[in-house]
Amino acid sequence: MLIVNDLHARINDKEILKGINLEVKAGEVHAIMGPNGSGKSTLASVLTGREMVEVTHGQVTFNGKNLLEMPPEVRSREGIFLSFQYPVEIPGVSMVNFMKAAVNEQRKYRGLEPLSATDFLKLMRERKELVEIDSALTNRSVNEGFSGGEKKKNEIFQMAMLEPKLAILDETDSGLDIDALRIVANGVNKLKSPDNAVIVITHYQRLLDYIVPDFVHILYNGQIVKSAGKELALELEEKGYDWIKNGNLKG
Amino acid sequence: MSKTDTAGLLDDLVSLYLDNHDLITGGSSDTLNKHREEAIQNFRIIGLPSAKNEDYKYSRVEPLFQHEYEKYFTPKKISFRVDDIFRCDIPELDTHLAMVLNGFYLPSSGQLQKLDNGIIVGSLAQAATDFPEIVAKHYNVYAQCNADGLVALNTAFAQDGIFIYVPKGAAEEKPIQIINLLMSEENLMVNYRNLIILEESSHANILVCDHTLSSKRYLSNVVTEIFTGANSTLEYVRMQNEHNNSSQLSHTFINQEEGSSVKTNTLTLHGGFIRNNLHIALKGEGASAQAFGLYLTDRTQHTDNFTFIDHAVPNCSSFEHYKGILDEQATGAFNGKILVRPNAQKTQAYQSNNNLLLTADARINSKPQLEIYADDVKCSHGATVGQIDADALFYMRSRGIGERDAKLMLMFGFAHEIVGQISIPTLRDRLDELVDKRLHGELSRCHTCPMHCC
Repeated sequence: MLIVNDLHARINDKEILKGINLEVKAGEVHAIMGPNGSGKSTLASVLTGREMVEVTHGQVTFNGKNLLEMPPEVRSREGIFLSFQYPVEIPGVSMVNFMKAAVNEQRKYRGLEPLSATDFLKLMRERKELVEIDSALTNRSVNEGFSGGEKKKNEIFQMAMLEPKLAILDETDSGLDIDALRIVANGVNKLKSPDNAVIVITHYQRLLDYIVPDFVHILYNGQIVKSAGKELALELEEKGYDWIKNGNLKG
Repeated sequence: MSKTDTAGLLDDLVSLYLDNHDLITGGSSDTLNKHREEAIQNFRIIGLPSAKNEDYKYSRVEPLFQHEYEKYFTPKKISFRVDDIFRCDIPELDTHLAMVLNGFYLPSSGQLQKLDNGIIVGSLAQAATDFPEIVAKHYNVYAQCNADGLVALNTAFAQDGIFIYVPKGAAEEKPIQIINLLMSEENLMVNYRNLIILEESSHANILVCDHTLSSKRYLSNVVTEIFTGANSTLEYVRMQNEHNNSSQLSHTFINQEEGSSVKTNTLTLHGGFIRNNLHIALKGEGASAQAFGLYLTDRTQHTDNFTFIDHAVPNCSSFEHYKGILDEQATGAFNGKILVRPNAQKTQAYQSNNNLLLTADARINSKPQLEIYADDVKCSHGATVGQIDADALFYMRSRGIGERDAKLMLMFGFAHEIVGQISIPTLRDRLDELVDKRLHGELSRCHTCPMHCC
């Protein structure tokens, strides 16, 4: 599904990613862990097309298409979804209008008619139940005045509405209490299928108790320095990031 | 005499008055006529606001008068049915409708309509004849004829306009809608006058819409005086939608008595040159004023909102919020003057002005001007000038919404904060739609109007 090949990227003049290689297949869950500043969020930005990041070398293909040539909205329509680390507040734009525009753009891209108002509201209702989101949130402006936990739940709700092929969860666990974490993780698990894939970016093992990864990658200093199964996350939790920083790993 | 010369311009306008004195006064009652002499003298002294006038620092008015204009001193016979060429953009709204064509009331059922609860809506000229005591008590009392030459000019020339009288205790939920139409085969200057009186404990919603129906150059210099009696409530929505070759100088004076509550919403959707002066005098304790405004400009349009809130007595509150979106080479200004007089303790006055500039060429001047002479008050002001929020734009695009649509949704969201203040849901929804059309560039094509004049 996603193939990242020797990806280098910089922000301003600073090289952040220094040769990332990664392959994600349908049905898989990948966790990317690493200390602050290792390049985790930059990788998410590159995959979703954020303009401030400049790719200097390497390729990314998504279902055989060159992802790096696509503007952010086309990547979304192709099936990539980012759950933001810091979801943005958009005063004056209602959740309903925002989601209606997004869903219908995706449908248009697939050659489908826009949803009728009734069908759209029905879809919203179903997905709200699926991810256990408070109804009142969707009657407000996008993320405006939401608590940290509400914002993260809202990201998962949007994911449920858009049904991406590849979901990238960028530190979705940060700022969540244990109940919210469980709700968010349940939502992700319910949406999981053999046809889609998830990349979980996190500092901590905690979220991975709920969203169990098939592969764990450790990102350090712009490179994936170790990849293994889910046991790697536990090992990392036990030994701490100093373990990597001290150069004990062989990639 | 050269029209480019300031003194010459002044002389020409004074001569225009003197030459047409008989026509102007002949069609008017004494109630209006008795103010003209002093007004033209004031105008002769003050003149048009010049570039040196601090209050008009960001809007040059004189050049507007340098064009040749036709002026009508009697209602011009029209050879068309207004219904045939004009369809209101707010059609499904159930309102009491009154129309003004080129500054003269356009009778539908008589010069004055009397509604069930005693409310009178109609021609100011007729009201000045039929109800001289009422008109005389308020006419030219609140307008500052000796401070602004444009107001003086209007007072000298004004013959007609809208008169609304809401008697004591009367409450009308259904909006009273006034549509000002400009339609002429020649360039035209109009000076009309509106007088709105809400007696004690009354309530009204008033919607005023300004439209141009032909492509000629227009200059409107309009004065509106509003009196809100003790404990009355008024919502006053102004929607300006004129073509790029039109100029509007609008002066609104609101006098609030004790416990009265006024909410204004000035929505400038389209117009070549617009200057809105809004003066609110809080004259009775416990009065509260809310002033909202939205201006959407592009190409070489210019919109200048000058607001002056006078806290003359203690225990009043004012809340002011204006927002603007400026595209292409558009220019604009917001001047928010708040005066808290020495005895006006316990005043609360808040003001904010936010602007979105879509291009590097668009310009806005935002100027708060607070003069506070009392010590026990709460006042604040804030102004912002910025671009479209790049983070919000990326967030929306990352959900599949295209860049143009995302920008439009963000602009709409920005504007909705002002439109959302309109209390009547049907009116609010319609104005939201108009704003949306405007942001999509549809209003500038006047798609509802078969004239295709812009």
